[in-house]
Amino acid sequence: MHILGISAFYHDSAACLIEDGEIIAAAQEERFTRKKNDASFPKYSIQFCVKQSGIDPAEIRSVVFYEKPILKFERILETYFSFAPKGFSSFAKSMPIWAKEKFFQKTLLANELAGTLGSYIDWRSKLLFSSHHLSHGASAFFPSPYDDAAILTLDGVGEWATTSLAMGNKNRITTLKEIHFPHSLGLLYSAFTYYTGFKVNSGEYKLMGLAPYGRPKYKALIEENLINVAGDGSFHINMEYFDFATGLKMTNRKFERLFGGPARPYDFPPTQREMDIAASVQTVIEDVILKLAQDARSTTGSKNLCLAGGVALNCVANGRILREKIFDNVWVQPAAGDAGGALGAALAVWHMHFKGERSSDNKSDRMQGSLLGPAFSDLEIEEELRALGARYERLNDAALFDRVASALAEGKVVGWHQGRMEFGPRALGNRSILADPRDPDMQSQLNMKIKYRESFRPFAPSVLEEDAGEWFDTVRDSPYMGLVDTVAENKRCRVADEPGQRVKDLTEIGSEIPAVTHVDFTSRLQTVSADHNPRFHALISAFKSKTEVGLIVNTSFNVRGEPIVCTPKEAFNCFMSTDMDLLAINNFLVMKQNRTA
Amino acid sequence: MEEFKELLRFLRLRKKLWLTPIVVVLFVIGSLLVIAQGSAFAPLIYTIF
Repeated sequence: MHILGISAFYHDSAACLIEDGEIIAAAQEERFTRKKNDASFPKYSIQFCVKQSGIDPAEIRSVVFYEKPILKFERILETYFSFAPKGFSSFAKSMPIWAKEKFFQKTLLANELAGTLGSYIDWRSKLLFSSHHLSHGASAFFPSPYDDAAILTLDGVGEWATTSLAMGNKNRITTLKEIHFPHSLGLLYSAFTYYTGFKVNSGEYKLMGLAPYGRPKYKALIEENLINVAGDGSFHINMEYFDFATGLKMTNRKFERLFGGPARPYDFPPTQREMDIAASVQTVIEDVILKLAQDARSTTGSKNLCLAGGVALNCVANGRILREKIFDNVWVQPAAGDAGGALGAALAVWHMHFKGERSSDNKSDRMQGSLLGPAFSDLEIEEELRALGARYERLNDAALFDRVASALAEGKVVGWHQGRMEFGPRALGNRSILADPRDPDMQSQLNMKIKYRESFRPFAPSVLEEDAGEWFDTVRDSPYMGLVDTVAENKRCRVADEPGQRVKDLTEIGSEIPAVTHVDFTSRLQTVSADHNPRFHALISAFKSKTEVGLIVNTSFNVRGEPIVCTPKEAFNCFMSTDMDLLAINNFLVMKQNRTA
Repeated sequence: MEEFKELLRFLRLRKKLWLTPIVVVLFVIGSLLVIAQGSAFAPLIYTIF
């Protein structure tokens, strides 16, 4: 039985097709339309999923939307009602959108499906609606390795729930507790993202990356005024300081008075004040999440934890849960944001609506290394490269790994485009830009010359799974880059900072792998196994044979503000427009006209 | 019309029929605003839509 999951119309549209509970394909719409965080109906993602499966669209048994629009509408109405007359301008802007299209989402979805997959099928009769947090929870638990698990879902807001605890057991999920809008950790974090001058819904990573540069000077101020946290982690946001429930901004004047100034204009370089604010809110969020995790453990009694929702992309907080050993095992859905809702909605319907059985071995997850997107054949690649007038060589596997590893060891930056594209926000070794982690200048070089992004932002390492213990303190299994860990002490080149004496930037070498070591010695690592991604494993092994270092810098194959590349052509164009030295597309090694490999 | 019927069923089930007059007023005003504007633009903050 084939089930199509869809998330759309808010941010990060995506589609996922499953067959009898097995994931066939999943992709985010932004990768096809080239609009970052594209929220439009995922037409191209759906077409890709159906093409990948090779089925006739009529064979799709159900199409599942990842949330319930009617419940969301109820929440919006009640929110306006309870805050009225405040919020009229926001109401005047949002109601036309509801009156015009959002309220008629069932019709809209049926029409879009007819336009995408064929009007000869009665799509309306196939439509089902999951709830937002069930979709997240299902995306966290059903593909996880565990028979049973506590499921913690944390995000901005779906229908009503912003935080939920559920228990997963075989093919069932039972919701145990919920915290409702406007009390939301995701929106609290987004409010600070807005206040520090980053973009809501995409700048949260930057705030997290900025936090280690600061000191949590404002932690007490936040805890005393903005959020009240109970012993079990449940919390209450003081809405006197926020505008997001009814306004068009996240924070209000009272918030600005509390922090002694207006929000930083968008995209202005952060000062020490923004760094301290980032550190403060990060610490507050981590403390709340730890309490929620402790409560999840005592409520469910399970030794396993599954996480999803946008806040679960806060890999620093995830790393703390692991280090505090609240659970024996922690698994984070790689596409923890709304894109993953498409996957969760489809799995929820298969297991809970159609009672599809589920098996797990408590070892391996079912995400297939999240390599669920499109791949391109050698024929397609060569045709494209010829058409683009590229200078390239076709190599066998051994020669390719050797040449790329040698180039990396010489300090060159390599674009690495292989096999199926990743599903989720991280590049996991199939649409990646790679570099040498030992080079102290590599972090700034990549930021300034390749990615064109803020200089403070750190890079992540991909480490051979068998070598993770040599380089990092705690994490041994993180195939999806969802956890942050500290670099092993014997790999550090300076002692830990005393409070108030932090290094000023990443150019001060902190370890033997400075390009991937943040100022607080942390690193958002990916462990690479030969099972999950044999080609990437072979490449890192080749690099190790030349350098004795079994890890490399892995950053997503894109430039600032653009989605990760999908096709060979996009990879080639990105390669040519930046200072990358080499590009490997499957077994084709592409060079720039005026350079030697 | 099916969406409106579903909404009424939903409000009855959720014991929130008191929202019905507000829904009617909102849709009248919303529709007028759509006609007046010609198109509807999504606001910045996603919680409200």
